[in-house]
Amino acid sequence: MKNSIDAPYGAPDKVRKICLRYANRGSDLIEVLHDVQAVLGFVDETTQKEIAEALNITRAEVHGVISFYDDFRSEAAPGTIVRVCRGEACQSMGAENLLPVAEELTKGRPRIGVEAVYCLGNCALAPAVTVGGTLHGRVEKDHLVAIVEHAALADEASE
Amino acid sequence: MRTRIFVPGDSGAVSVGADRVAAAFIELAKTGDKKIDLVRTGSRGMYWLEPLVEVETPEGRLAYGPVTAQDVASVWEATLTGDTGHSLCLGLVDKIEFLKKQNRVMFSRLGIIDPLNIDDYQAHGGLEGLKKALSTSPDDIVEAVAESGLRGRGGAGFPAGIKWRTVAAQDAAEQKYICCNADEGDSGTFADRMLMEGDPFLLLEGMIIAGLAVGATHGLIYVRSEYPAATKSLKMAIDILRDAGWLGETVGGSKHAFDITVRRGAGSYVCGEESAMLESLEGKRGEVRAKPPIPAISGLFGQPTLVHNVLTLASVPTILADGAGAYKALGTGRSRGTQAFQLAGNVKHGGLVEVAFGLTIRELIEDFGGGTASGKPFKCAQLGGPLGAYVDEGMLDLPMDYEALAGAGAMLGHGGIVVFDENTDMAEMARFAFEFCAIESCGKCTPCRIGAVRGRELMDKLIAGKDIDSCLTLIKDLCEVMEEGSMCAMGGLTPLPVKSAIKLFPADFGLAPDGVMKEGANARAQAT
Repeated sequence: MKNSIDAPYGAPDKVRKICLRYANRGSDLIEVLHDVQAVLGFVDETTQKEIAEALNITRAEVHGVISFYDDFRSEAAPGTIVRVCRGEACQSMGAENLLPVAEELTKGRPRIGVEAVYCLGNCALAPAVTVGGTLHGRVEKDHLVAIVEHAALADEASE
Repeated sequence: MRTRIFVPGDSGAVSVGADRVAAAFIELAKTGDKKIDLVRTGSRGMYWLEPLVEVETPEGRLAYGPVTAQDVASVWEATLTGDTGHSLCLGLVDKIEFLKKQNRVMFSRLGIIDPLNIDDYQAHGGLEGLKKALSTSPDDIVEAVAESGLRGRGGAGFPAGIKWRTVAAQDAAEQKYICCNADEGDSGTFADRMLMEGDPFLLLEGMIIAGLAVGATHGLIYVRSEYPAATKSLKMAIDILRDAGWLGETVGGSKHAFDITVRRGAGSYVCGEESAMLESLEGKRGEVRAKPPIPAISGLFGQPTLVHNVLTLASVPTILADGAGAYKALGTGRSRGTQAFQLAGNVKHGGLVEVAFGLTIRELIEDFGGGTASGKPFKCAQLGGPLGAYVDEGMLDLPMDYEALAGAGAMLGHGGIVVFDENTDMAEMARFAFEFCAIESCGKCTPCRIGAVRGRELMDKLIAGKDIDSCLTLIKDLCEVMEEGSMCAMGGLTPLPVKSAIKLFPADFGLAPDGVMKEGANARAQAT
C-alpha cells in the first residue's frame, strides 16, 4: 500500500468532495473519516478542521471521534502495518508468541508498524494476522516473517 | 460438457489460500480444451478443510481439501478420470459427517450458491419469505415472529416478537429504523461474517420483512471495519435487489418503501453494544447510552428502532416461508429454532455448526470438533465471547440452551466456543479479561473504565505471587462493583470469565482445590 506522507496537507478539494459524497451529513462522519483516510493516509488537524466546517459540526466532535476509534489516526502511518490478533481464540493457538516476532521485525525499520487487535473473525483458523490489510490464517512464526518481509519489500519498492 | 468447480471466496478460506487455488483453476482452464466453470461460493464452515474445492459430478459435489494451488492439476486429473482415490478427496460433500449431522436453516445455502446470483438464491428458496410477508398483514408478520419463539441471537436472547410488537406500536413516529448489528467483535465468533459474505440476500430479505412488519422504511447495517469483504458483498447485494425491484420506492411492486444502507464501524468492540452502535451510527463516539428509553421506543436519532443481530434477522425469512410452527418445532425449552455455534481456538475441526438448540457442549467440542487441535488434553472452553464464562470438563454435558447455561452461571452469547488445552494458564486469561475491558471500555461509567484497570493491576500482582489472599478478596469485591454498577455488558460481564476461571481452576490462582488459600501453594510465588 502506498503511503501518503507526501499528500498535500489538508488537500481541501479532496476532503470537500468526500464530504459532499455524504451530502455533508454530520451523522456520516465515520464514513467520511474512512474515505478521507483512504485517500490521505491519516487525518491531521487541518483536515479535521475542514471536515468540521463541511459537516457543520465542531472540531471537538471530529477530534473526539478520531481519538475514540482505533481505525483513525491523526499522524502518518507506517507503510506496512502488521495486525496480530490477541483474541482468546488466537491466544489458544499461540498468538502471544507471534507478537514479539512481529515486533522484532520492526527494529530499525520505521516503515513497518505492529498493532495488537482483538478478533479478526478468523477464529477457526487461528492464529490470525493481517499484513497490509490482507488477512492470513493458521499463521506460524516463519510464515509471519515471510509475509511481512514480502509486504515490506513491496512497500519499499513503491517508495 | 463443462464442469462446474466451486472454490470459496469466504475471507477465512482466502486467508489460507483460496484465491491462489481459484487462480490456478483459471490458469488451467486456459490450457488445452478444458471446460471449467469456476464458481466462487461462501464457505461450508469446515475451516480445517479450507481451501475446500468442490467438483460437480452426476452423483453430487465431490469435495477435495485442503487444496493448495500446487494440487489443482492433480485434482483436475482425478476429476476427469473419475478417480476418487486422490489423497485429498473427501468423497461427496453432503456425506461428510460434520455437515450431515447439522440442521442448516440460516446457513442452508452457504457454500452451495454464488452469493451474488439472485437467480441462484431464488432457486434455493430465497425470497419465499418476503413474498409470503407481502401477502399478509404487518400484524400477522409480527405475530408469526412472536409465535416462532425466535430470540435475539446477538447474545442477550431477548424474545424478538416483543421487540417487534413494541416498534410496530409506535404509531406517532415520523420515521422508524431497522438496525442490523453486524459488529461481530467477540473472539470465537464468525457466523455473521460467513453469512454476510456467503448469503447476503438472506440478511437483506430478513430486514425488508422486518421493515414491512413494523412500518420502517430505512434499514442500516453496522458492519465492523475488520470485515471489508462482508461490506463489499452486502453493498453489491443491495444494488442487485434494488435493480430487481425488491428495495427502494417499492418493495416488489407493493405500496411499501424500504431501503438499506451499509455503514462501517471503526475498530471499537463496545460498538457491538446496541446503544453504543446507535451512537456510532449517528456519527459520534461509541459511548453507551443509559436505558431507558429502550431503542424500540427511542433509538436511532430518537426514533423507534428495531435492533437485531445478523442471525436474528437471517432467521426471519425461513419463519415466514415455512411457518412459525415449523421453526418452533426445533429446539428445546424456551430456546427455539436453530443456533449457529462456532467452534474456534484450539479445536481440531473448527468451523460452523448450525443445529437445533439442546445438544451438549461435549457433543459440539468432541463429536463435531474432534477435540483439541494440539492433541493435548482439553482444559476448558469459553462460551459466548470475551465476556462469557469458562466451562471445564465437568460441565461439558450441559445442554446448549439459554436457560440451562444461565442456570450454570455461563452464557450462550453469540454461540462462540473457544477451546483451550492444558497449557493454558487461567490466571493469565483472567488478567486478559480485565485488560481487554480496559482497552475497549467506552469510558462512560466508572466501574468499567477504572475497574478494569484496577483488575488488571491486581491480576499482575497475583501472578507475581504477591499478597494472593488480599488480591483475590479485592478482585471479588471489584467484580461485584463492576457487575452491579456498570452501564452495559462490557463492564457488567467482564467479571464472568474472571470469576469462572477462579472457581474452576483455583490452582492456577495459587489456591487449594477447595478455593482456600494455602500457604506456599502458588507455584509462581515459590518461583519468585
